[in-house]
Amino acid sequence: MTAAPATIETREISRRFGALLAVDSVTLSVPRGAIFGFLGPNGSGKSTLIRMLCGVLRPTSGSGRVLGCDVARDSEAVKRRIGYMSQKFSLYGDLSVLENLEFYGRIYGLSRQRLAQRRAELLALVSMSDRLAQLGATLSGGWKQRLALACALIHEPEVLFLDEPTAGIDPVARRDLWDLLFELASRGVTMFVTTHYMDEAERCTHVGYIYASRLIAFGRPDELKRNPDVTPAGTVRHEIGCREPAKALRTLRGDARVRDATLFGETLHVLSDRAMDAAEIGRVLGGAGGEASVREISPSLEDVFVTLSRAEARRRRL
Amino acid sequence: MNGLWAILLKEFAHIRREPSTLFFAFVVPVLQMTIFGYAIDTKIEHVSTVVLDLDGREESRRLIEALNNTRTYRVDALVSDDAAFERAIRSGRAKVGVRIPPDFSEQLLRSQRATVQVLIDGSNSNIATTALSTSHLLGLNLSLRRARLFAETAQLAVARDPAGAFALPIEMRPRLLYNPDLISARFFVPALVGIILQLVTLFLTSFAIVRERELGTLEQLFVTPVGRGGLLLGKLVPYAVLGFLESLIILLVMVFVFGVPIRGSIVTLLVMILLFLVTALGLGLLVSTVARTQLQAIQFAFIVMLPSILLSGFMFPRESMPLPIYLLTYAIPATHFLEILRGVILRGASIAELLPHILALAVCCVVILALSLLRFRKQLD
Repeated sequence: MTAAPATIETREISRRFGALLAVDSVTLSVPRGAIFGFLGPNGSGKSTLIRMLCGVLRPTSGSGRVLGCDVARDSEAVKRRIGYMSQKFSLYGDLSVLENLEFYGRIYGLSRQRLAQRRAELLALVSMSDRLAQLGATLSGGWKQRLALACALIHEPEVLFLDEPTAGIDPVARRDLWDLLFELASRGVTMFVTTHYMDEAERCTHVGYIYASRLIAFGRPDELKRNPDVTPAGTVRHEIGCREPAKALRTLRGDARVRDATLFGETLHVLSDRAMDAAEIGRVLGGAGGEASVREISPSLEDVFVTLSRAEARRRRL
Repeated sequence: MNGLWAILLKEFAHIRREPSTLFFAFVVPVLQMTIFGYAIDTKIEHVSTVVLDLDGREESRRLIEALNNTRTYRVDALVSDDAAFERAIRSGRAKVGVRIPPDFSEQLLRSQRATVQVLIDGSNSNIATTALSTSHLLGLNLSLRRARLFAETAQLAVARDPAGAFALPIEMRPRLLYNPDLISARFFVPALVGIILQLVTLFLTSFAIVRERELGTLEQLFVTPVGRGGLLLGKLVPYAVLGFLESLIILLVMVFVFGVPIRGSIVTLLVMILLFLVTALGLGLLVSTVARTQLQAIQFAFIVMLPSILLSGFMFPRESMPLPIYLLTYAIPATHFLEILRGVILRGASIAELLPHILALAVCCVVILALSLLRFRKQLD
């Protein structure tokens, strides 16, 4: 064994469904205790990769290892040591909170004492001790996710896979869930989380972006932001605030020195030649979008993903 | 067998939360048993009959009485003209029409042959066949009675019984075994036990896995170390318990409502019921592993159920089926179970006497369980 082996490691892993290549040669490596945020548009292959890593879907080619076990050959050994929370609520709606929790405890073969202990710990962790008798189906979205998390953790997994755990739950519940995930990560649990939220991605220790089945970005957020493909030498990124950003966007895209311009809500992020400074941008706009405020920024993760997926789309002519 | 206990407890919890399962397992079978048990009667009696009596005298009245006495016919209407006679048959009110000619009495008196026209609606072949043979028999009987009267007066006997009285030359003496009164409930009700048992258990388990697939809980189960055997057996056992209780109830209905006694060993019967239950539940699991949606599961379950009803010998005797289909009937578990049920309940047959069917059923059971285990993969594709 090499020093500090990666907890999750894939090498050129691919999965094909008939004519559709859902995951195309993905290679990544997530160290122990990391929170890996996995992003990408819907249908880009996020869930497929998770399912392969959980041992319920065979890779068509390439390989994946979780905790040192091959996910194709040794899937049952992997399953004992991982937890999985799927995209939709997949607990039993007609069983109570307690019954769901105990069911998974028994499935993992926990002894009676161990089950009682884990049950108490997890109910305290997700603050559900006062909802034991409530049926799964009657819980609200946030509480369903907490229960699912508790069930996925009953056997103290070393790796936790979460497929869009915060989709469709309210902002407060979303924040609470993330606090829980950090708490778990601090105890050494490796986390593999898919999400669409950039603020969630910014909080991860590692992020990856999958676009049209291919992993186009992978690394620590600050590494990615320094990526020369995102901000090439001799270019600079500005944020522009103005009254009519859509109009300003058209004007800027017409300028040869502008490499990329993207709308971010009320503001624009513009990547241009270094020669085009804030004053020059103001002059080019010349009031096209109303009074403009321009400031130099370093790229956000969203800039990174947008820039890289546009470049990828151009290269592959998607 | 990992996780068997967990799945078992969970399935019982589902059943407890869904009382309709109990309704389908216990109440519906009793209702079906009672309704079908009474409704299915293959003995043909009281076929509605219309008589056009153009004679209207002593002899014709005796003939009408004789028709009623056969119990096959029930004279519902006496009409006096051809138009009404034909209308009764064409409208379907009468399945049989008997036309007594105006000179019926005279012809008999003059020792001439009297012809009675019997019209039979042939659309239902069972009724028609019985009505036809009864009409032949009735004619023969009435003729023989007249012939004997004639012979007695002439003192000419074809044959005599030991006491010296006039008798028919050949007497066939049949004896009916096991069901001397030819009560068709005796034949159908034990088989109905088997069919209802299969119906309920098949449908209960057909949904067992498909439902979890649709809910997404199956995917969640697949990422746990639960074993295939534990998962399938854990799904099967609770319904086997349910099915066994159900069979006790319908056996009680059979004995006390339909008065069909169990002549053989009750222990043998219960062991055989258990074997069949596991087979039928396995069939349900197989359906559940093949079907992707609950709708498909219903369709597959019907495909399995139909041959069990039509080809198992429940409705129609297997012996009269064309050879290829007759051979096919041996592959249907219900065929063997019905043979075993009728054997133990009606004829008091022992295990040794039913061994071929018991072995065949056991083979079906093992093959079906093995198939569902093979088909079931803890993989999403």
